[in-house]
Amino acid sequence: MVEHGDIRVVHCGGSKLNFRDPVITHDSRFLLCASGEAVKVFSTSTEECIHELRGHTGLVTGVLLRPSNHLQVYSSSLDGTVRLWDFTDGILIKTCVIGYPIYSFYASAKHENVIFIVTSMPSEKRAERFQLVAVHLPQSGDQLVEARELSAVLSGVNPNPAAIAFGRGGEFIASVNDLQLEVYFFKKQKSYRFFLKEDNKKGGWNTFTCVACHPKDDCIATGHEDGKIRLWRNFNHKKEYTYSTLHWHHSAVSSLCFTPEGTNLLSGGVESVLIQWRYKQESERDFLPRLGAAITHITVSPDGSLFCTSHSDNKITIIQSCVKVSAVIQGLVKGDSIRTDLMMDPRSKALVLNGKPGHLQFYSLQRDKLLYNLDIVQQEYIHESGLQQFEVVKAAFDASGLWLATVEERHQKAAELELNLKLWAFDEQTQSFVLNTTISAPHDAQITAMSFRQTADSQTTLLVSTSKDGHFKAWQLAAPAHTEDEGPSWLCDFVGAYHGLVPECCSFSADGSLLAVAFQEVVTVWSPATWELLTTLSQPPGAVSDLCFGRLSCSKYLLGTTASNLLCCWNLLTCSLEWSTSMDVRRLLVDPLSENMAAFCYQSGSTDLFVFKPSEPRPLFSRKAVCSGKVTQAVFAPREEMLESCEESSQWLNRSQLYFLTQQMDLMTFTTKAEEDRLLASSKQLVIDDSVAMTPFYLLLGKHRQQQQEHRDSDSSLWAERTALPQTSASIKELLQTPAHVLPSTSYLCSMFVQSLLISVSDAREEKAHAEEEMESEKEEEDSEEEMESSRSKPELVAAATESDAPALTKAQARELRRVRKLDHSWLAGLLDS
Amino acid sequence: MASFKPTKIQVYPKLGEKVTQDTLYWKNYKAPVQIKEFGAVTSIDFSPVTPHNFAVTAFTRIHIYGPFSQEPVKSFTRFKDTAYCGRFRSDGQLLVAGCEDSVVRLFDVSGKVALRLFKGHTKAVHLTDFTSDRYQILTGSDDYTCRLWDIPNATELTTYREHTDYIRCGVTSKLNRDLFITGSYDHTVKLFDARVEKSVITMDHGQPVESVLLYPSEGLLVSAGGRHVKVWDLLKGGQPLVSLKNHHKTVTSLALSSNGQRLLSASLDRHVKVYSTTNYKVVHNFDYAASILSLALAPDDESIVVGMTNSILSIKHRKNQEDSKEIAGQQRRRPSYRVFVKGKNYVPKQDDYLVSKPVKEHLAKYDKQLRRFNVSKALDTALETWIRFRKPEITMAVIKELDRRGTLKNALAGRDERGLSQLLNFLIGNFVDARFTPVLVTAAEMILDIYQSIIGQSPLVDRQLLRLQDLVEKELDYQKELLEVLGMLDTMFASSLPRKEVPCSGIGKSNGLTQGEPTTLDWV
Repeated sequence: MVEHGDIRVVHCGGSKLNFRDPVITHDSRFLLCASGEAVKVFSTSTEECIHELRGHTGLVTGVLLRPSNHLQVYSSSLDGTVRLWDFTDGILIKTCVIGYPIYSFYASAKHENVIFIVTSMPSEKRAERFQLVAVHLPQSGDQLVEARELSAVLSGVNPNPAAIAFGRGGEFIASVNDLQLEVYFFKKQKSYRFFLKEDNKKGGWNTFTCVACHPKDDCIATGHEDGKIRLWRNFNHKKEYTYSTLHWHHSAVSSLCFTPEGTNLLSGGVESVLIQWRYKQESERDFLPRLGAAITHITVSPDGSLFCTSHSDNKITIIQSCVKVSAVIQGLVKGDSIRTDLMMDPRSKALVLNGKPGHLQFYSLQRDKLLYNLDIVQQEYIHESGLQQFEVVKAAFDASGLWLATVEERHQKAAELELNLKLWAFDEQTQSFVLNTTISAPHDAQITAMSFRQTADSQTTLLVSTSKDGHFKAWQLAAPAHTEDEGPSWLCDFVGAYHGLVPECCSFSADGSLLAVAFQEVVTVWSPATWELLTTLSQPPGAVSDLCFGRLSCSKYLLGTTASNLLCCWNLLTCSLEWSTSMDVRRLLVDPLSENMAAFCYQSGSTDLFVFKPSEPRPLFSRKAVCSGKVTQAVFAPREEMLESCEESSQWLNRSQLYFLTQQMDLMTFTTKAEEDRLLASSKQLVIDDSVAMTPFYLLLGKHRQQQQEHRDSDSSLWAERTALPQTSASIKELLQTPAHVLPSTSYLCSMFVQSLLISVSDAREEKAHAEEEMESEKEEEDSEEEMESSRSKPELVAAATESDAPALTKAQARELRRVRKLDHSWLAGLLDS
Repeated sequence: MASFKPTKIQVYPKLGEKVTQDTLYWKNYKAPVQIKEFGAVTSIDFSPVTPHNFAVTAFTRIHIYGPFSQEPVKSFTRFKDTAYCGRFRSDGQLLVAGCEDSVVRLFDVSGKVALRLFKGHTKAVHLTDFTSDRYQILTGSDDYTCRLWDIPNATELTTYREHTDYIRCGVTSKLNRDLFITGSYDHTVKLFDARVEKSVITMDHGQPVESVLLYPSEGLLVSAGGRHVKVWDLLKGGQPLVSLKNHHKTVTSLALSSNGQRLLSASLDRHVKVYSTTNYKVVHNFDYAASILSLALAPDDESIVVGMTNSILSIKHRKNQEDSKEIAGQQRRRPSYRVFVKGKNYVPKQDDYLVSKPVKEHLAKYDKQLRRFNVSKALDTALETWIRFRKPEITMAVIKELDRRGTLKNALAGRDERGLSQLLNFLIGNFVDARFTPVLVTAAEMILDIYQSIIGQSPLVDRQLLRLQDLVEKELDYQKELLEVLGMLDTMFASSLPRKEVPCSGIGKSNGLTQGEPTTLDWV
């Protein structure tokens, strides 16, 4: 057993954003939402995450603005605490321990210092029942307080936060559960219950799903399983209540919300259409269709200017009340199953997996941000449950990231399988993938595996797909058959089969000279150059389920896992079995940058990880019980910069990082201690940077320093994210708009700027001249170089002069000045030119 | 809010011939003018001088047509029997023709009565031509002889008796007044030199020769006979160059396009084939209604004239570029370029505040209806006559989309007789198209499920259903036959392929365990 002192398994990124309804602050600038064990604060205009309010030790189950102070926010969690935060600075103000897991919580302005929480009833263990409890928050200055003043309000409530709502500023509370609506009046201390008949006649389900109360009027809106919305009135009498029905949704209404003035009612459901009903003129309604995925929550900002909808694909859409989408905050989309494997885009180093139905998502792991979704199916998605739609089931990148191959399939009962193989070429101009070839029905049956030949020269790209129809096909990029065609497209080059067996997986060797295709128990090795069957290897019993060629010094080895719990390693030089070991390998991975391989084995309910070199008898690293459940998706992601780790056990993490998806669809990774330390240090650095006083001069300089940094690593970042560079004119504006009394003395500034202008302009000219002269003769080029040198020496002289002009400068000022001089002032030249 | 994604229309690979420069060129002719002659049209000859009238020999007459007239400009009717091979002299003044009664007649094009009669042949004369010095006439006859005549005094100059069968075709050299070529039913093509007493070159065509043609350079000779068209190199002493066999019946006539780049051959199989003279590949093909006996091209390919056995003369004129332009100009005056460009090429200045206008997306009618979930209406739109016939792939895409949405049944249901018959019409038309079958089978099953109760109420629908049934049965038989053929082919291929050693490298039998036991690792 290898010791694993400092390697840890950690969650990384992509937590849920749509678990509970988000909150928009009073000034509509921020949006707060529960995300895993933290509360995230997003900017509503830039979609960026500003703070993460960390502190809870359990899942955060609710976020609420404090009714008495709109700059503070409460959050509740399953760990039994309610915390009060200052979200603008991201500071924890107070922690209130309640002691019971909180499933959802509510507050209203009328009930000062009281919050209402939903907890499970302690008595009954068998079927979980929930109750609404009022908690009086103790008033004390302490950071940590304990609330013990609990009083039950309602019992038998629904833990879903949408099922309870306050009405008329807190005069009553409405709760729905199954077929019952319960309204509790605080003043009268009395509750009324209204029941609906169980009505299954026309496929209708009367079950309540959500409730909302009109802020001014005595009106309760309830949503139902069958898509109906009922508006209840006159409910303060037991008998004479009335309700009217609105019906547009064809399936369950998942969220309802009144606008703050009560003029409109918003509703949403599976159809992913946001509907705005006019209150009291319900025949008039506005639609906002095609929001992307089923709506789970709707909230409105306190001033009514912004709506915001959470969607089932881990997305929050911010909508201006004029029914126009203004921003989209998108998290990592985690469907019920990841049909494509985890992949790395070689270009953007983004994690690629299927996300929204019919899309591939590109997720930047470094920045924990969704880069973009690539529409693979290019079909209108019909939001209806039970409908079979096209799904992306396989995807593969070639080594250079120039080509992406995707397979989509639609399997309908009775009808035959519909398969499409699509090949996408990377377009430099638009920085995205463009469809090159669509091959409909490439195989007669499902495609089991797909692999590109991973060679460096991109001229002869080759794709191999294996299918359940017993064939594997090689696809090649071919020149157009006719001159009128636009460009090259993909054609089938070879169809191979082996005794009618079903190929399960395929793999190319690192240099692309060999192709291994596993036909059940037999591994066949082919030469892609001649399509000759070179040899067959087998190790019965048990079909081969995963194949990997070794890399670098281990390239003579071919590894395979069999269904009979064997991990086999064949030596391709002797065509014999080198070694084998008995383990239930679920996923075999090869690190593209080293010889290392990783095997995820499933053993007694949990997954173990082994990292090994095929040539060495002992594994480099092994870790028992990495997580519970099976791991079927994992990927080695190359690091941006190599890690220098001296410890032997963590050396395998130096070049690349290992990410894997657990059965619960959590994205995990392995980190070393050194890495964490570095991260911590960098975050501290960030804090210090922030603490520098925000003087206008700092703003000016700080921005430029950032710009420079961006220029420096523009190569990498420009590829990765399509972020526009900030406009230089903005910083000029800042300079010009800075009040005069905070600026340094004019002489100080003026000379500096004049200098900088002179330098930059001459530099630009010199460059132009240089380019022109280069064409003419070498001699002149030399001259121009001399000129440049002379111009370079100029600023030094002038700078010396200024220093002598102002001898009263302190050392710090001098340092600042020197730094200013080093800065790039070409933007000013741009200003002059314009 | 994502925009509506329009229905994806599947692009099917274009079947049939590819559009090439040649097809464009040869398709650029107007609809043919058809003129009924008195009998089979055996010969067509264009006058070498403008306005390029052409002489059409049919039955006992020779008609001369102007380039654009549909009525004969002139006709020569003084033949006792069937006339053959009316040909113009190189100045377009004189016309010579043979006749079944063995007399060769020479006409002035402007006159009516024969200027000269050349008597001497004993049987029908099928070949007549002027030599390039304009003073002599070449004739070839069914009496196996070919003769040279002097025009001024109508006397016979020489007789060649080398052929052993009917002489049916021949041509004189345009460059040398003494050279001429004859083709005969004795399978030979002979090149004669009037300065010597006998043939200079003899080429064996292999079939009765129906037509010969000299290239403008006169280095190459083309002969047609039987199903073959052969090209001979005269400069190499009559060496065969190419043999073309693209017709499935006797080739009767040959022509060269005006630039000499394309060779045309007409045959009894009702086709005219166009070959490229560089690689002798067929580049285009014309179909005609009846077996073709004669073919001629006007200078500059202005028109293609074809004579057929059913005594129809078909004239195709080239489309005029100016004509089409004029028509377009009359139809509509387009707004000028400025109108479209207006404001589009404005470059915003740096401090300008840009107000972006939402781009209005254009959706097809069926897409608009699909967006509103009006499934029946969308199907109706896709079944409109124009789309149904011209762009069945659109109809298919809509049906597929409806099927994907699970609403195809709703869309198909509730149609009246007219709607249903329209639908069935589409099914019948496209059911056996391999590209469409998978989707249409589902649709057809649904239609039968929905409308089985109304069978027998409408004779129209019943008839269409029967036709559909018929079609399906035929297709099944056809597929069965195809599978049989495939099986036969498979056995043939299997037996013809050399048996190859399975490269198992001797390890297969021991499952890769050759060098003793492999190490078994135990990590756990």
